[in-house]
Amino acid sequence: MSSETAAREGPVAAPRHRPARSVRLERILDVVIRSIVPVVLALVAGGVLLLALGRNPLTFYGNIWVGGVQGTAWQDSAIRMAPFLLIAAGLVLIFRANIWNLGYNGQFLLAAAFVAGYAPTLVTEVPLWLAFVTLFLLAGAVGAIWTLVPALLKARFGTNEIITTLMMSFIAIDLASILIKGPYHDATTPLPQTAVIPFEKMLPSIPGTRIHVGLLVAFAAILVVHYVLTRTAWGLRLQVMGANPRAARHFGIDLPRLIVVSFLASGFLVGLAAAADILGLWGYIRTGWNPAYGDTIIPFVFLARLNALAVVPFIAFFSVLSTGGDLAAQEASLPTDFLLVLVGLILLFMTVIEYLGRRRELGASYLPPGLRQALRAPLLRRRKAA
Amino acid sequence: MILASQVWTEVFWTSAIAGGLLAGVPLMFTALGEAISERAGVLNIGLEGMMLAGAYCGFLGAYYANTQWAGYLTGIGAGMLTSLIMVVLCVWLGLDQIVVGIAITLGGEGITSVLYQTRFSTVEPRLGAVPTNPIPLLDRIPLLGKAINGQFPLFSQPLVVYLGLAFAVLLTWIFNSTNIGLNLRAAGEKPEALDAAGVSVVATRSYAVLATGALAGLGGAYLAIAGTGGFQPFLTQGQGFMAIVIAMLARGRPIAVVVFSLMFGIALSLSTLLQLAGINLSTEVVNMLPFAAIILALILFARRAYLPPALALPYVRGAR
Amino acid sequence: MLKGITKAFPGVLANDHIDLTLRGGEVHCLLGENGAGKSTLIGILSGLIRPDEGTIRIEGVETSIASPRRALELGIGTVHQHSTLIPAFSVLENLMLGDNRRLRLDEDGARRRLEELAGQLGVEIDADAKAVDLALGHQQQVEIVKALWRGSRVLILDEPTSMLTPQGVAELAKVLERLKEHGQAVIFITHKLHEALSLGDEISILRQGRLVGTIAPEVMRATPQEELRAEIIRLMFGEDARAVVDVAELREELAEAEPEGRAREHEHADVVLELRGVSAFGEGSERGIEEVSLDLREGEILGIAGMDGNGQRALAEAIAGQRHATHGDVLLYGAPVTRLAVSARQKLGLRYVTDDRLGEGIVGMLPVGLNLFLKRVGESPYWRHGRIQRAIVDGRATELIREYDVRTPFVSTRVSTLSGGNIQKILLARELSFDPKVVVFHKPTYGLDVKTTAAVRDQILKLAEGGGAALVISTDLDELLEICDRIAVLSRGRLVGVVSSGPGAARQVGELMVGAETVEAA
Repeated sequence: MSSETAAREGPVAAPRHRPARSVRLERILDVVIRSIVPVVLALVAGGVLLLALGRNPLTFYGNIWVGGVQGTAWQDSAIRMAPFLLIAAGLVLIFRANIWNLGYNGQFLLAAAFVAGYAPTLVTEVPLWLAFVTLFLLAGAVGAIWTLVPALLKARFGTNEIITTLMMSFIAIDLASILIKGPYHDATTPLPQTAVIPFEKMLPSIPGTRIHVGLLVAFAAILVVHYVLTRTAWGLRLQVMGANPRAARHFGIDLPRLIVVSFLASGFLVGLAAAADILGLWGYIRTGWNPAYGDTIIPFVFLARLNALAVVPFIAFFSVLSTGGDLAAQEASLPTDFLLVLVGLILLFMTVIEYLGRRRELGASYLPPGLRQALRAPLLRRRKAA
Repeated sequence: MILASQVWTEVFWTSAIAGGLLAGVPLMFTALGEAISERAGVLNIGLEGMMLAGAYCGFLGAYYANTQWAGYLTGIGAGMLTSLIMVVLCVWLGLDQIVVGIAITLGGEGITSVLYQTRFSTVEPRLGAVPTNPIPLLDRIPLLGKAINGQFPLFSQPLVVYLGLAFAVLLTWIFNSTNIGLNLRAAGEKPEALDAAGVSVVATRSYAVLATGALAGLGGAYLAIAGTGGFQPFLTQGQGFMAIVIAMLARGRPIAVVVFSLMFGIALSLSTLLQLAGINLSTEVVNMLPFAAIILALILFARRAYLPPALALPYVRGAR
Repeated sequence: MLKGITKAFPGVLANDHIDLTLRGGEVHCLLGENGAGKSTLIGILSGLIRPDEGTIRIEGVETSIASPRRALELGIGTVHQHSTLIPAFSVLENLMLGDNRRLRLDEDGARRRLEELAGQLGVEIDADAKAVDLALGHQQQVEIVKALWRGSRVLILDEPTSMLTPQGVAELAKVLERLKEHGQAVIFITHKLHEALSLGDEISILRQGRLVGTIAPEVMRATPQEELRAEIIRLMFGEDARAVVDVAELREELAEAEPEGRAREHEHADVVLELRGVSAFGEGSERGIEEVSLDLREGEILGIAGMDGNGQRALAEAIAGQRHATHGDVLLYGAPVTRLAVSARQKLGLRYVTDDRLGEGIVGMLPVGLNLFLKRVGESPYWRHGRIQRAIVDGRATELIREYDVRTPFVSTRVSTLSGGNIQKILLARELSFDPKVVVFHKPTYGLDVKTTAAVRDQILKLAEGGGAALVISTDLDELLEICDRIAVLSRGRLVGVVSSGPGAARQVGELMVGAETVEAA
């Protein structure tokens, strides 16, 4: 009752946009806790696992620092960041639309095969800058086209995209092998790989470092994605579709088209990641190579709450973890797949922390005891209107 | 390219059926499990991880105890333990089923790889061949029963396979004619109705997911023990996801699951089959075929894949 | 018997020390506006909600009802407002659900029990029909059977008449009589005054979470209707009674007497919306429409009456463009728009206020300001070159909020935190701005309190008076009779007749709805 009379004045007076300072601070702290704690917990759990396996966790994590940051190692981390960041940009976009594009591995590998196949000839025959632009666009196109089948199936029939993108991914991995052994094969060697791009023809480095400019492309992509999502009409439509597809239909948003375009955009970005990696770091591709970058960065995309800008520090952290982790795993004679375990743990802890966070938000006084009861409260608050 | 004479031999068709069975049985177990979950309204993306857990622990069990049955048991246990994560986080706490499923898959892949390589990487142990239990009389039927060249068709399978087929029949009965089955289906169709009827939706779904874990673990164990005779990191190569597709296409009906699993099994074992027929295709093309077949099936049957209305939605009492 | 029941939710005191006594063989009516706390109280009785304070005594013994299962064990059966039948299951399967004593399903035993209970209630039920295929009245009967399945002493009915035809209500009344004969105690929840008076033996009135009065059976029998009604209105609305009395009394009169209605001459106005033989598929358990033809003239308010699930949503969405019309044409000002998408139709002035406020009407996590413009994403001046112009959006949003009296703390508040009434106002603000011409209103006052209901009705009338036209789809016959010029009846996906407002309209509409019902039963 009293709130009603007070609110009478509310919107008539100046509508306030910024909540009080202390509330903002509390919110920032909350966000920080929710992002950092899962990672810390995962590292601790990982440490326990290392102990169980008879390895020294302190040495292990210490080696991560050595291999990831110390000396010039940070540059290696930064190099690794380029494909991570581009893939992350693609995932942020598509997950915001609530579309689960899990076929990033296949999209990446196929685009990489194409780039590695055409690059050796292209870089010698046309001006270098033109070759790079063409190759980046080609990679993006391949990545995008590979999302077409799942996109159309979902747009037209509502077919579950988790399955379709995964299947296409498996196909793409084999297809890439075929291409590498076939038309893109380097005739001068019996090894199943493409010709190596000569070092001077690869992506130039940022002056003063070993880091190739692909990283700059990645930062640009992140900024573009963020801008599109937060400021443009198209981005808003995408978010509405992701939040409530029924409402989107009600508002007159063309869902099938939006689904296809967002899929294509996401595939395009993944393709760009492949171009950056091949043209900047490896210079060639061989069969059997599947770095599965997307698998490892997924939890960080979620931890960043699908915010393109927030994802950058997380990816930076993971790049260090990944680069240093290679060294650490080697030293501890563990397979690098150990990283997958850490990633899985981060995801799990993240979901648990989310749950705990939700509980706290409601205020203890209204929470009756009991597990199920606690979950009902946020939903009942909204429904009280009825 | 097809040499007609080679296709029509007994060896070829026996191998087709036998190969289909060998590759299809792991899928069958896992997909039956997924069917239970899906009927109850839980989408289990973590199936791949559960299968791998079952494969590794099944392998361990069989290796150390020297009998296949120990392996199956440990595989079931490992699968159930892995699915427990899903039960606690998704069914009890209502967290996002897809995210947790991805976590289980990645974690499962990583941990089985790490554990295996730290313990066995230098040794690469192999398990002996699994004894089969041929059905007397029926095992003389050519193509369907007679074993040739170490290929075991339908009536000469290990006991566990017959148990699996019998279980599929049992499951059909459970779904249609028992209270448990009714509760399960209600949990997937309209959990509010089940709750109003006084049955715990959480308990029903928990049992369903645990059952799925058990079956996926068994599927993985069978794959390791009978299928490849050992464990390799990433052994399942996407079969967990294939099982999800199978469960969806079969609309949760157990007999249909068996049929689809066998069909996919034949697709998976295509490479050896084609070699026998004298058709030479590169390994990659052959590896691609099952997935391409699935995509084709999804395109053709896109409209008909049936999913229970409450799938992948956590149930919270009082919400609508 | 309940005593001192208190239940609080974040920000709201739903039940404040409520006392209630039930006796066998009696229909006890719980009367109150939407939001008064009735659903919460019932939730406590049926085991869905635990009270913060208070005791419950059953036959003198203090008990606690911890879960729906416990409620059923104690003999409390509930028929909820929203169906708890599983559409894909058969009637028998729905009834057998939850009976976990044995492994195998006892079909024969279930059939016997169904026959027994159906006989008790005096109704006929087909055990093998799929729940989705049954008419709503029959579905409700199945739910009553379900509530009584395990033997019960208390039957709770939550707003049972909201989806029934006048005929259906009469049948329900008969069923209630039979139940009373068998000694059942029945609790009947409603917000309709006339129902409480005609069907209840005892009335308890809830207002804003508190019990404001009880009218005992003796009082009910002794006092004349007029007095009772006035007393109840006074209890229900307190100080606001005077302002509201007119509306409430008007509604009561319309419901029982033959209303005057609004007789307006519109035959000579232009046709603004026309449907020619439009058919569309239904979705899930809802029916589609077949060969629907109607016309709507300028300044007119056309009502669409009919029980829920008879194609209302298909009709609304086909007009709005959200659903594909398989046959026929939709014409706006004489020009066909059947091929046009939703956004194109919106621009031409054809708007749709959906009944699914939360599911379709808003995007919960977005701010109020943005929600007001979600149907104009990308248009200037709110977007320029695809970029959002925050200041302009917020400015105009503030104006709209003021104009439509939306109660929200900030323009940037998440819209999901607002009450249902305010969300409806936002929907109205959105659809009725930017020059609307023809607006489809789907259940616009459902679940709203009296003040907001009146505000909504005013908006509809204003639209018509301003030269627009309105199509009002509603299951509330009283409402339609009050504001519409003509009323069409939708039954089983077809338009079975159009009635002009005036004396006898209520009866005619009822007959049309019933006529369709007898066809169904055949």
